[in-house]
Amino acid sequence: MTQPLFEPFDFEKPIYTIQEKIEELMRISEETGVDFQSEIDKLSARAEAFRMNVYKNLQPKEKVQIARHPQRPSAIEVIRQLSPQTWFELHGDRAGQDDQAVVGGIIEFLDRPVMVVGTQKGRGMKENLVHNFGMPNPEGYRKAMRLFSHANKFGMPIVTLIDTPGAYPGIAAEQHGIGIAIAHNIREMARLRVPIVSIVLGEGCSGGALGIGVANEIYMLEHALYTVISPEGCASILWRSPEYAAQAAESLKITAQDLFAFEMIEGIIPEPLGGAHYDPQMTIESVRSSLLSSLTTLTQLSPEELVEQRYQKFRKIGAFEESVLTR
Amino acid sequence: MPLGHWFASKRNNKASLNPESVNQKLTDGDFERLWIQCYNCSERFPKKDIQENRMVCSACGYHFRINSWERIHQITDSFEELNASLRPKDPLNFTDTAPYAERIEKTEAKTNLKEAVITGIGKISDTKFALAVMDFSYMGGSMGSVVGEKITRLIETALEENLSLIIFSSSGGARMQEGTYSLMQMVKTGAALAKLHEAGLLYISVLTEPTFGGVTASYGTLGDIIIAEEGARIGFAGRRVIEQTIRQKLPADFQTANYLLKYGQVDMVVQRQQLKESLYRLIQLHQKSLTLAGPVSSRQL
Ligand SMILES: [Zn+2]
Repeated sequence: MTQPLFEPFDFEKPIYTIQEKIEELMRISEETGVDFQSEIDKLSARAEAFRMNVYKNLQPKEKVQIARHPQRPSAIEVIRQLSPQTWFELHGDRAGQDDQAVVGGIIEFLDRPVMVVGTQKGRGMKENLVHNFGMPNPEGYRKAMRLFSHANKFGMPIVTLIDTPGAYPGIAAEQHGIGIAIAHNIREMARLRVPIVSIVLGEGCSGGALGIGVANEIYMLEHALYTVISPEGCASILWRSPEYAAQAAESLKITAQDLFAFEMIEGIIPEPLGGAHYDPQMTIESVRSSLLSSLTTLTQLSPEELVEQRYQKFRKIGAFEESVLTR
Repeated sequence: MPLGHWFASKRNNKASLNPESVNQKLTDGDFERLWIQCYNCSERFPKKDIQENRMVCSACGYHFRINSWERIHQITDSFEELNASLRPKDPLNFTDTAPYAERIEKTEAKTNLKEAVITGIGKISDTKFALAVMDFSYMGGSMGSVVGEKITRLIETALEENLSLIIFSSSGGARMQEGTYSLMQMVKTGAALAKLHEAGLLYISVLTEPTFGGVTASYGTLGDIIIAEEGARIGFAGRRVIEQTIRQKLPADFQTANYLLKYGQVDMVVQRQQLKESLYRLIQLHQKSLTLAGPVSSRQL
């Protein structure tokens, strides 16, 4: 096993250091015939305890690293594993563009057609460029909205898979109304008469995530994050230096556990120890079971109930003081 | 010689007019209280003259930033405030270089405002409408839970009372100190506007200097009619973020009201002097049409 599967994060390195020691002892034991078994057992126990301790107590800044891991399961991988037989990818905004930061199409799930729309970062520079690192332009949100409307017309439940550092900050994006595109999606998603489930796979950053995020139920992978602004962006503005990103990640309360505590999401989807990238297939099976129960419940609701439930879900979010005496 | 020129030349003799020394002088006593200098053309005027001109420079037409009450005064004949007691909380116990709770106290003391938006029922002549006016002086007009809640309640009031809605936006975006609570206000307000849309009620969004981020990507751009006030800068991402991302300089007029008009993002750019009249006439025209056409339920939205 010796080699780590991935370049370890700094916080993981002590785990591998202990493992290297164990392997060295085993090698010496083999070469010299001296029995080090009790030392090896002790070290192994220590290694395991340490590993558990690190992974069970991940700090927000460490979760940010895991949420951005390039080997994390992507929207397209989730789609392919959920529905290996059926995947009709649909393209384009019908106004001149097919923004690949947003992917979508029809799958079969729970014995029924389901519309899946997700943001896709791509893996490796070539794919990153095709998918613009998962940062949609206005055309991407309009493409998403076209697929949502299609789903609405044919009564297909909608699943959105969120993994984006945010909408793209560019000249053309502003000229073509990136703000309007997101705002329009928010308003129109609120009106859709089919079930909508959102799953945050990695990063759910700012309005860029909300553009496909107005759902009846939201689930987050265990180490995914949902935030009003990237920790780096927040640090640059409030602390005037991106070096405070770790502190910002902590202060902004962006983890799945935070959002669950705030009652903004319906559930947390477990990841293998160390993060989804250690076992993407198992992670996607966990996604499957969450989706199964969520869609089974939501498909019982009438279109009116779905719209109302979605409205109330977001209507109640807010923390403020109000004196009852003066209105 | 106009009084302003006289004053300017008098000061000119005293000290060189580099921007810093101007700032220094602007902060001292009488000048600060009675005089104002245009940021654009550097002309100086008695403050009273500019106030009477709706805070627009009479030399170059520059629109000074105005606060929410001044705005309400300018565009209504009367106004009744709603939900005035809502104040922010600190749900994340947030601290950056200073605790959020402390910032709230200080901002309230400095601005005499309880939050970054004032909402209520406005009237021009005998026409009533629901009105929200954001105030940039309260934490950069940032949108947190209170802004989201007050806007949403106002939309609900418009629905109940069958009123047109006008929102004046001025905001740096979502309030980071409230984290995802702020973010989700975009959905809360957007979903409420979905109901207003289905009810066939008119919503006019007026974007004023400056409107960015979460407000641009929610209620700010969901108007049936979108007006940009002359001189406003409007966008989703900030200029600096875009420059850092694309590593090139942006044109000087990028994200200005007229730039947005050119790219089809707003319906019109309106001078402050014409705003009240424009809003009144737009409401009148749409109400007339609704009266003639009958209830909206007969037309699918
Ligand atoms: Zn001027």
